[in-house]
Amino acid sequence: MSAAVGTYCDRCGQADPADAAAHAGCRAARELEPPRYCTHCRRRMKVQVVPTGWTASCVEHGSLSS
Amino acid sequence: MPTSEVPVLDRARTRVLEEGLGLEEADILEVLRLPDEHIPAALQLAHEVRMRWCGPEVEVEGIVSLKTGGCPEDCHFCSQSGLFSSPVRSVWLDIPSLVKAAQQTAATGASEFCIVAAVRGPDAKLMQQMRDGVKAIKEAVDINVAASLGMLSQEQVDDLVDMGVHRYNHNLETCRSYFPNVVTTHSWEERWGTLKMVRDSGMEVCCGGIIGLGETLEQRAEFAAQLAELQPDEVPLNFLNPRPGTPLGDQPVMDPKDALRAIAAFRLALPRTILRYAGGREITLGDLGTREGLLGGINAVIVGNYLTTLGRPATSDLELLQELKMPVKALSATL
Repeated sequence: MSAAVGTYCDRCGQADPADAAAHAGCRAARELEPPRYCTHCRRRMKVQVVPTGWTASCVEHGSLSS
Repeated sequence: MPTSEVPVLDRARTRVLEEGLGLEEADILEVLRLPDEHIPAALQLAHEVRMRWCGPEVEVEGIVSLKTGGCPEDCHFCSQSGLFSSPVRSVWLDIPSLVKAAQQTAATGASEFCIVAAVRGPDAKLMQQMRDGVKAIKEAVDINVAASLGMLSQEQVDDLVDMGVHRYNHNLETCRSYFPNVVTTHSWEERWGTLKMVRDSGMEVCCGGIIGLGETLEQRAEFAAQLAELQPDEVPLNFLNPRPGTPLGDQPVMDPKDALRAIAAFRLALPRTILRYAGGREITLGDLGTREGLLGGINAVIVGNYLTTLGRPATSDLELLQELKMPVKALSATL
């Protein structure tokens, strides 16, 4: 799963995740990492990784899963 | 009888392959320093050693984090330390989800399921969670349960034995001389103390570490020799995956050739040990490296995801094992 495009990058939490040059490293890393930041509000999410997947929860914007 | 143009590999052929003794530290260092053109020969010898002293089977394991993040320790490679500005937040896994993870792991053919917690050592709450979790897993699925909960007291060691935990993981992480550069909140000797208690309890000892923390080749050899002194049942071999926000977050990923040298060297140091591919292999070695490692001394893998990062799909590793004609170690063979 690649980094979701929202207001914030789901790996580094910085703005402009659609800026390919600025977030190329994030996109590559996300192939082997779950998301860490909510793309809507930049909150750090609670992330649980299990052997076959992951879930990530933002207190304001709900949960994502692999 | 010499079989190559590489004296250290000739010595290893006699001492390790024929006699089953681990390579000594000076020769481990020579293997770590081998020129690129001799890496295939080192891996080939390591593979022969693994096949002779361990056999063709591969032990498959899944791991899961029962308690993630918020750790009070400062292991400089770890995104779960509460002392760094890592994006990893503290979270607990509930028992039904733990059991489901064990079932999914068993469905891959794995014989091992390791429950891990990011703590200095377990408190009463974590021990109760372990008690409830191990019981629920054993009622639901046939799989060996291992644990990794940090440093233990003797009472906690005894409790884990009573729960039926058959193997305990506690990594030394790196050699004794480099450890203070990586961890300052506890000592290498404290970890060694837990490992001795685990060994004396009858639980299997799982102890490895991370290669590429900035240690010198001499220190890498020192680490292999110290593990050989401990004689663990299993050595998980991790390669540093630099995590954002940690003190080692900007450390470069290690050269894949150095990683392959390390695999060969650790197998030659530990001819009879389960040598497991663990975290960082994907980022360091890629798909090709997984094959080279399995043909170079590795005889165990963690399948699926790790604790906070993702791994190759379990099916990719299992298909590769089938292609290499390496049978997955059955649960019955480990009991």
